[in-house]
Amino acid sequence: MKITREEVQRVALLARLRLTPEEESQLTEQLDHILGYMEKLDELDTSNVEPFSHAVDAVNAVREDIVTNRPNADALLANAPDRDATYFKVPKIIE
Amino acid sequence: MSLAALTLHEAGEKLRSREISSVELTEAVFQRIAETDDKIHAYITLAKDAALEQARRADQQLMRNEITSPLLGIPLALKDNFLTCGLRTTCASKILGDFIPPYDATTVQKLRHAGAVISGKTNLDEFAMGSSAENSAFFPTRNPWNLQRIPGGSSGGSAAAVAADQCIAALGTDTGGSIRQPAACCGIVGLKPTYGRVSRYGIIAFASSMDQVGPLTKDVRDCAMLLEAIAGQDPADSTSVNRPVPRYTEALTGDVRGIRLGIPREYFVAGIQPEVEQAVRAAIRQLEKNGAVVEEISLPHTEFAVAVYYIVATAEASSNLARYDGMRFGHRAQAKDLTDTYMISRDEGFGAEVKRRIMLGTYALSAGYYDAYYLKAQRVRALIKHDFDEAFKRCDVIVTPTAPTTAFKIGEKTEDPLQMYLSDIYTISINLAGLPALSLPCGFDPDEMPIGMQIIGKHFDESTILRVAHGYEQATQWHKKKPKMEDR
Repeated sequence: MKITREEVQRVALLARLRLTPEEESQLTEQLDHILGYMEKLDELDTSNVEPFSHAVDAVNAVREDIVTNRPNADALLANAPDRDATYFKVPKIIE
Repeated sequence: MSLAALTLHEAGEKLRSREISSVELTEAVFQRIAETDDKIHAYITLAKDAALEQARRADQQLMRNEITSPLLGIPLALKDNFLTCGLRTTCASKILGDFIPPYDATTVQKLRHAGAVISGKTNLDEFAMGSSAENSAFFPTRNPWNLQRIPGGSSGGSAAAVAADQCIAALGTDTGGSIRQPAACCGIVGLKPTYGRVSRYGIIAFASSMDQVGPLTKDVRDCAMLLEAIAGQDPADSTSVNRPVPRYTEALTGDVRGIRLGIPREYFVAGIQPEVEQAVRAAIRQLEKNGAVVEEISLPHTEFAVAVYYIVATAEASSNLARYDGMRFGHRAQAKDLTDTYMISRDEGFGAEVKRRIMLGTYALSAGYYDAYYLKAQRVRALIKHDFDEAFKRCDVIVTPTAPTTAFKIGEKTEDPLQMYLSDIYTISINLAGLPALSLPCGFDPDEMPIGMQIIGKHFDESTILRVAHGYEQATQWHKKKPKMEDR
């Protein structure tokens, strides 16, 4: 077994995903199968290989820190699930 | 023949000579959609009123000779992961089911400035995760060559729309083959440009080290024209590269003499459908007849690509999709506390494949597993890129099949995620290495399903790919065949 049901539950919490018991069973089985396939990579000795970082030679892209778009609170709030005036309204996080 | 069947360059000529108007062309496209989309289901959202308004404006500009852009007045479809200001953008996910973007993607801006007409937003696998368009939260798209088959994915809606003449051309995105594989399945041309060639600003992110925007078109000339219109550096995408954009159409000389074609032996092995291998080998012989030179090459780490890809892509996806928390936009569930709000919103909003990939990616990045999976995958990825660097010392382009089989049946691989992942076996290495690659039609199997040939180029050498593809296309008639849109 590459992954247990308890690990699936732990990862689901990290990923903030609610899973039904059926989904937990199915994902445990499927992830185990997929992770088993990925063991293939262990066939290769990569101790002397630098990890890949970027496909093309690139340097840090920097620009002046100036505002280039006009602030438009209404446009940005138009998709908010809940709002109050020009604020996003979110669930309470402290009691 | 409907005007909707025209290629981009044919339609452009007719518009500029006033033989047709953009309004006529746009109406023909919507007529075609009305006649066929209840069978194909290529579009999630149509933008008919706005499109006709854009067409009227284009006609005025054509009258005044204001813009010389080849896209002026041309109806184009966009995959529904391009942000379009004021036009619903869902990414085929319930979590963005009623999302109306407040701004345009840079590529969409470029199309608008060029005077293009936007017909609507096409279906995809949810968050571009899939190879069949079956993972859409709304409905599966059907292959115009056989309605019982998948159109490929994830840009399945864009590919089917182009093949069914429901637009003149389309844009899609490609993270592991999502432009090329549906192009192959639907018998059209699709190009994934070099990483950094086209801006991704305003594209809904999936795996940021591989995502790239590209054209899906009826022929190679259209592909060159559309690439030229969208390529170039963008200050809003720090990974876009500051390099001049060539006149890609100038590469279409028809002359392939002396071009060295690398044929990787690892791509013609067990598992490939015999007719696919035969068609690609016949296409290589055709290019050889026209003066190209064939070199056998080796890409020894090919067999590791699927494993590397599904670690790197899911790891990046799990962090990119963390933004869907139901706070500022997207679906929010009512729940007793903050953690439950996150968990239930994401449970209700995401489909099974998206959840599976978030789980896999979160696992690969989690404490204790990072070195064994993510870091290991990035090391093997360096070896895969090195294979290509070595191969390109001996050839100018690499020619392979685009997919191991023609389009499979709807439902055939939905129960086995790993089998579905393996249908990307010929396309994903290219994303891992950041290379450009194109798929174009090179034949049909006995079930009359199209076969695609993939041409891979050096970084930023889309011109040579287009030249070889065009040279082949000139010698064949595959791209002229039209699907019957029947159940078979």
